[in-house]
Amino acid sequence: MNDTIIISIIMTVVGASTPILLAALGELIVEKSGVLNLGIEGMMLIGAVVGFAVTLTTGFHLLGIIIAMLASTLSAMLFAYLTLTLTANQVATGLALTIFGIGISSLMGEPYVGKTIEIFSSWFPASLAEHPQLRVIFGYSPLVYVSLILTVSVSYFLKKTRAGLILRAVGESDTSAHSIGYSVIGVRYAAVAFGGAMAGLAGCYFSLVLTPLWSEELTAGRGWIALALVVFAAWKPSRLLFGAYLFGAIMTLELHAKAAGFSFIAPELLAAMPYLATIVVLALISLRKSSGLAAPACLAKPFKPST
Amino acid sequence: MTDKSNYRIELEAITKSFPGVLANDRVSFSIKPGEIHALLGENGAGKSTLVKMIYGIMQPDEGEIRWEGEAIKVANPKAARQLGVGMVFQHFSLFEAMTVLENIALGMDAKISQNLLEEKIREVMDVYGLKLDPHRIVSTLSVGERQRIEIVRALLLNPRLLIMDEPTSVLTPQEVAQLFGTLRKLSKTGCSILYISHKLHEIKELCDQATILRGGKVVGACDPKQETSKSMAEMMIGGDLKQIEKDVKTEFGAPRFVVDNLSQSGEGDFGVALSDISFSVRAGEIFGIAGVAGNGQNELLMVLSGEIPASNADTIKLDGKSVADQNILQRRKHGLCAVPEERNGHAAVVDFSLSDNALLTARERMNLASGGLIKHSEARSYTDDVISTFGVKTTGAHSPAGSLSGGNLQKFVVGREIMQNPDVLLISQPTWGVDAGAAAAIHQAIVDLAENGSAIIVISQDLDELLAICDEMAVINEGKLSKTLKVGEASVDEIGLLMGGVHGEPNTNQDSVENAHAH
Amino acid sequence: MLIELEKRKEPSQTMLYLTPVIAVLATMIVGGILFTLIGHNGFAAVKEIFITPVIDTHKWQDLGIKAAPLILIAVGLSIGFRANVWNIGAEGQYIVGGLAGTGIALLTWELEGWWILPLMCVAGAIGGALYASIPAFLKTKLNVNEILSSLMLTYASIQLLYYLMRGPWKDPEGFNFPQTRLFNDSQILPEIIPGTIVHLGVPLAFIIALIAWFVMSKSIFGFQIRVVGSAPAAARYGGFSAKRTIWMAMLIGGGFAGLAGIFEAAGPFQQMVPQFPTGYGFTAIIVAFLGRLHPIGIILGGLVLAISYVGGEIAQTSLGLPNAAAGIFQAMMLFFLLAADILVKYRLKLNVANQTGDAS
Repeated sequence: MNDTIIISIIMTVVGASTPILLAALGELIVEKSGVLNLGIEGMMLIGAVVGFAVTLTTGFHLLGIIIAMLASTLSAMLFAYLTLTLTANQVATGLALTIFGIGISSLMGEPYVGKTIEIFSSWFPASLAEHPQLRVIFGYSPLVYVSLILTVSVSYFLKKTRAGLILRAVGESDTSAHSIGYSVIGVRYAAVAFGGAMAGLAGCYFSLVLTPLWSEELTAGRGWIALALVVFAAWKPSRLLFGAYLFGAIMTLELHAKAAGFSFIAPELLAAMPYLATIVVLALISLRKSSGLAAPACLAKPFKPST
Repeated sequence: MTDKSNYRIELEAITKSFPGVLANDRVSFSIKPGEIHALLGENGAGKSTLVKMIYGIMQPDEGEIRWEGEAIKVANPKAARQLGVGMVFQHFSLFEAMTVLENIALGMDAKISQNLLEEKIREVMDVYGLKLDPHRIVSTLSVGERQRIEIVRALLLNPRLLIMDEPTSVLTPQEVAQLFGTLRKLSKTGCSILYISHKLHEIKELCDQATILRGGKVVGACDPKQETSKSMAEMMIGGDLKQIEKDVKTEFGAPRFVVDNLSQSGEGDFGVALSDISFSVRAGEIFGIAGVAGNGQNELLMVLSGEIPASNADTIKLDGKSVADQNILQRRKHGLCAVPEERNGHAAVVDFSLSDNALLTARERMNLASGGLIKHSEARSYTDDVISTFGVKTTGAHSPAGSLSGGNLQKFVVGREIMQNPDVLLISQPTWGVDAGAAAAIHQAIVDLAENGSAIIVISQDLDELLAICDEMAVINEGKLSKTLKVGEASVDEIGLLMGGVHGEPNTNQDSVENAHAH
Repeated sequence: MLIELEKRKEPSQTMLYLTPVIAVLATMIVGGILFTLIGHNGFAAVKEIFITPVIDTHKWQDLGIKAAPLILIAVGLSIGFRANVWNIGAEGQYIVGGLAGTGIALLTWELEGWWILPLMCVAGAIGGALYASIPAFLKTKLNVNEILSSLMLTYASIQLLYYLMRGPWKDPEGFNFPQTRLFNDSQILPEIIPGTIVHLGVPLAFIIALIAWFVMSKSIFGFQIRVVGSAPAAARYGGFSAKRTIWMAMLIGGGFAGLAGIFEAAGPFQQMVPQFPTGYGFTAIIVAFLGRLHPIGIILGGLVLAISYVGGEIAQTSLGLPNAAAGIFQAMMLFFLLAADILVKYRLKLNVANQTGDAS
């Protein structure tokens, strides 16, 4: 294999990995606070269609992204209101949010099917971004760099900041956090909002960078991969980055396997790999409870403050 | 309330009521700077409610709290901490998967850098002789170490009053000794300590002053060092306690329920370890197990009823036949019924109708089901029987258990078991939180059941109750059962001492275990 | 000012049965407004999706075949949900059940006989139950969260389906289309109403729901499920094993989903195709909640969701709405139901001031 092929493979993998990394970063924060939001796919689609529509209408990618993030956050707040304020079942609400997101994005996106926009491409000068070798560093959409910065930020936030500490505490023991005097519901609202915004950003990556166009169910189940990724990474941002690129590589390999028709491994097995690996990780985590890798103890459990 | 007071905190006629209960009735006492003050009383005497008001978790209905001479209102725990009140709860508010350092940081109101915090923690630990590794994860720590986290957390705020709620209930004797050292050092610095306990020897050893609560009222104040454990036990249990007049029954049948050297390790969700428990109950006999809460009563009940499998065969015998390897259903079929202490969610499912709650335990013995199918009308009529026989106030068998008052639900639960006519009945806290009328009815039913030849074991913290209805009794302390006492012959003093934990001191404890063996 | 929730002494029975109706009505109103805001004829959409399938008798057969798998899966799931077992991988169990039954069909494709179809159905149920036993095993042995494990398995099963369709099970005479050969006459569910598409699986689904109702309300097993879900300590006291209950709940949920899968394969599809998963396993979760986890409620809930599916198809042709638009209404029904749910246990109370809580 020569350089060009390797570089284009790397760039394809990064492209496939970035949206699941973005969405998973959001869901990681949500789950760390003790909430399980299964609506990622729906929120991503809402972000994708809104981002596309606004960009198409105004011509400004950034505006599209911001409004898309707001729209996804709004849908996340619907989830938060039902599950946190009204203590509705998180699983059912999250699934309904996904079904809702698929439906509403199809409906809203109808007029935009088949239209194209300019790709949200690199901000670096063409001499770098299109340089045969250097493009492997400079040739990505700004969102790729944003995703890396956000990974570091989320990691720093969880490990080093007081707010991150409180967030983890709320996910670990809602009753203890409540008795010390923290607002469990408030923290969880904030976490769910962040998760929504990140899903919106991930959705924009599909409609503004990867394709760039709108079609129904554009995200093709990547929301579920993002969910698997959070578990696969055992709720650690650094592993999330690794896992995202691993899953991205598997997805890329799968596509190539299908196209090339090579037979040493079934593409379906590759496609199933992220999910199977996640189950294995889940089992391993449970086997080694004391390793500090366990799921947030309050995950998906509703919290009703007494008094 | 004019001149600067000599007291750190003064409580004046604090009153707090909950629906149906007067938890604190004009409670007054005061604590000087540097004083270690004991708040003494049985479970349910109103100690927890009182400290929750001092710490701002609850607000008093009436009365006044004065802090260094000034009347104050403690709006919430944060306000209490700002005043200089620290609290170490009986149930820790810790985060298992996080480090000691993180746990302590979470308890600080002010933002502080990790390094500075760690430095301060080490400083506090040095001063008070506490040992803790700040980087350990809480889930890997012992209970004593966990408590140290809470203490360090409280000490870092430089408290001028530290409230300790039953701090030793989960500690080993060595850990208790360490804790006392820490508290003494702290009091020398001028910090007042409010020490809540019902363990008399601890209070004698540690405290300068004691206030004794009973039924929400202050019934006594003393210098524990000047008192005997006996006199304090009398105040705690009730000065009005007379020797109960009871026909001393001498004629009993053959032993029906025999427990022989029952031991169970205290691992997992199984709190207190049980060691070498032996006793025997004859037909027609009521056997009482006294003791302060958390000394292994729940564990004992669950092992005896079969809810938790016993670890050794042949340790539990019913009418001469070992039932130790049987599960709760099989034991019930053999005539062993049980009433656990907690009504809500254990003895009864609150969301379920009374009729469904009858099915929970009576389906086999009362034929409320056959071939895997529920006989609803039989279940209803059995429920109606229980309701009418035990005078349960409810709108009927269809009412959810949760809609009944505590006393009525207890009557129902006890009735549900007694009307199955068990050969052996295990019953824990039969009249906990029950009004006097209901309590009398329950006691009568227990006595009547014994009259019919059943063997009955009553586990209770209420000594009056045990003395009123039991023929023989023993005291459980830290998972060990004392020798058996005859109720007519046992003195209140002796029982009170055992209950107050004098018995828990290592040497006397040894003694009683041997006695139990000899019995 | 705060809106406070005041707990009712007893859950309101009226509200329990009224809230699903409120949810459906609110969905029709708010959904109509939402569609209008997006630029569609909201009134017409609501009419086509909710009313037309009910008044157009030609659509009833479609309602039946759409409702049947939803009801069957939802009844199985509801048993788990009542026991606090959150199997949300019914879609995967449905697929594996369909595949297991198809496996029998492919083995017997040259044979004829009355026994083939029952064997396929049994294989379907066992396939679904076996697939559900993976999360059950992980939950009872390792305490692995069943929500995550069952969900992950769903996506793995979709790949298994694709693999079999593309490779080993591909119809050798099928012009290389990734699908199995057509089932023979001994392998397809017979029509029970001549001239319609209503197959035997439809009445069976309803009958199974009725049996489940009987079992859940009349048997000790149903009682056990409810006790374990409501009060684990009381369940242990009553002599019921939590682990065994988890196993039973998972196996039943998986078995019913698997049965629905083979009904669908041997009914409407009459072969196995990559388009087999249509999200019934997920929609059934909505049905279970809409039906209050009660088999009779689930029959009604299944019919309502079937109406929205059929209505969605009608609206697709008559109004040009996208296929997924019906999902908006389906999700909204659940949203409104969950929101209205609070009225069962609480009443709303306006409260002014009186702050005693923490000041963070």
